[in-house]
Amino acid sequence: MKSLLKIEDLQIFYGSIEALKGISLEVNAGEIVTVLGANGAGKSTLLKAISGLLPLRKGKIKLQEEELNNVPAFEIVRKGISHVPEGRKVFTTLTVEENLNLGAYIQRKDIKVVSEAKDRVFNLFPILKSRCNQLAGTLSGGEQQMLAMGRGLMNTPRVLLLDEPSLGLAPLLVRQIFQIIREINDQGVSILLVEQNARKALSIANRGYILETGNISISGLASDLKSNQKVQEAYLGGAAFKKKNRV
Amino acid sequence: MRIFLEQMLNGLTIGSFYALIALGYSMVYGVMKLINFAHGDLFTLGSYLGFTLLVWGNAYVTSHVGLAGGMIAAMLIAAIGIGTAGIIVERIAYRPIYPAGRLPAVVSALGVSIFLENIIMVLWGPRYQAYPVNVVPTLRFEIGGIHITLLQIVILIFSFILLAILYYIVQKTTFGAAIRASALDRDTAALMGININTIIFFVFALGPALGGTAGVMVGMYYRQISFTMGWNYGLKAFTATILGGIGNIPGAMVGGLLLGIFEMLGSAYISTAYKDVFVFLILILVLIFRPRGLLGEKVAEKV
Repeated sequence: MKSLLKIEDLQIFYGSIEALKGISLEVNAGEIVTVLGANGAGKSTLLKAISGLLPLRKGKIKLQEEELNNVPAFEIVRKGISHVPEGRKVFTTLTVEENLNLGAYIQRKDIKVVSEAKDRVFNLFPILKSRCNQLAGTLSGGEQQMLAMGRGLMNTPRVLLLDEPSLGLAPLLVRQIFQIIREINDQGVSILLVEQNARKALSIANRGYILETGNISISGLASDLKSNQKVQEAYLGGAAFKKKNRV
Repeated sequence: MRIFLEQMLNGLTIGSFYALIALGYSMVYGVMKLINFAHGDLFTLGSYLGFTLLVWGNAYVTSHVGLAGGMIAAMLIAAIGIGTAGIIVERIAYRPIYPAGRLPAVVSALGVSIFLENIIMVLWGPRYQAYPVNVVPTLRFEIGGIHITLLQIVILIFSFILLAILYYIVQKTTFGAAIRASALDRDTAALMGININTIIFFVFALGPALGGTAGVMVGMYYRQISFTMGWNYGLKAFTATILGGIGNIPGAMVGGLLLGIFEMLGSAYISTAYKDVFVFLILILVLIFRPRGLLGEKVAEKV
């Protein structure tokens, strides 16, 4: 399979603290790849580095053959990478429609492209259509997540980076969100999914990486990870903890 | 009733000056979280630029494009000149200081303010300068018993056109949404492909450009300008910004107009000697009872 997004030996520092200690991973065309890990493992840092929000100390980020190391964040989107940040980060005092329009900011002059993209997003998230003129801050958490994802899809990306889309959502909504992630993937968008909900993430992913304090400890096919004993104990709540830890 | 309506009209006129100046404070604060204390002096600089053009260019320009053309040329050139000055100020005085934090930038802004004031004094002299009388013919109309001058009509039309254009850009276009988004969350705005430097360029060009235009209008209206007037207008426009909700564009417009009306009604019905007192009384009341301003932040972020 052809690798679309490739990360080699990526090292990120916050001041003198090493957040990512030289990790490598790749996303092949058409895949859903998930990165699992506890709080503070460096998952969000990884996505922020890819989208140009954090400077690299060392390593390489490549989209196909193009190196993205020193490309500023506002240019990364133009390469076809869209980042849906942790905590949704919708623009609360802007309307739903304005949020979506900003998702297609780089194509804003082409009204037809924008309205087609908006139709696609409304197909995926019909609720957004009925909330079009509402301020994004008045939406519920689940709706805000949908808006954030819809906004990320407005520029028809090749790779979608999703940072904890299930965070703080009710179980029913979580299921719905994951279904939609799969649908997006079916439309040909490759996905790098960062999650704490390991069970859900592994159920839709092709492959996965386990990130532990800045290092990748385990990687492999999602099905292998699910049956891996270490993964089960630490992230799937093992047999002994099953009842207690499941959310 | 007649007095009331006439004072409302006067209030709207000076309120439109405040609104135009307030926009500059509000836009820059929204995007940079910086109170541009030099803004009032950029306004003064615009007024002097217009003065020079109208005095020197009077014979030449008016013989070619007429009185109206001369006035429009003066406003346009003041807008372009002060817009450019705004960008230069940002590059020289603010950009190198941002990494040091917000407070040093405010101190730098005060420094620019003092610098500009003195430059104006050196270039044009410390005495009051008088705008030419004939920029707009001194005509006076009476509509339903209310007196209104042609000059007032011209000023109101121009400033409302400018306010409408700006309102449209900021509230109705995707680029305007990008400005508001950058004010809310720069990182996420960058993820949308918004180049923050473009936005900064825009607010530092457009805010001062509007202020410079207001400077020319103030000169035409009061006929008398001084190098220190930026302080007073700046402070009142800043009050208007707080009144409307700082960082909020429609807020700055509403705040400016309301403040002008309050000031005029106060001086008509109570005492002209206290007109500045009303303005700052409003500032204090807003800060106590509604610190986010009339139109500030409608919703809180949901987590």
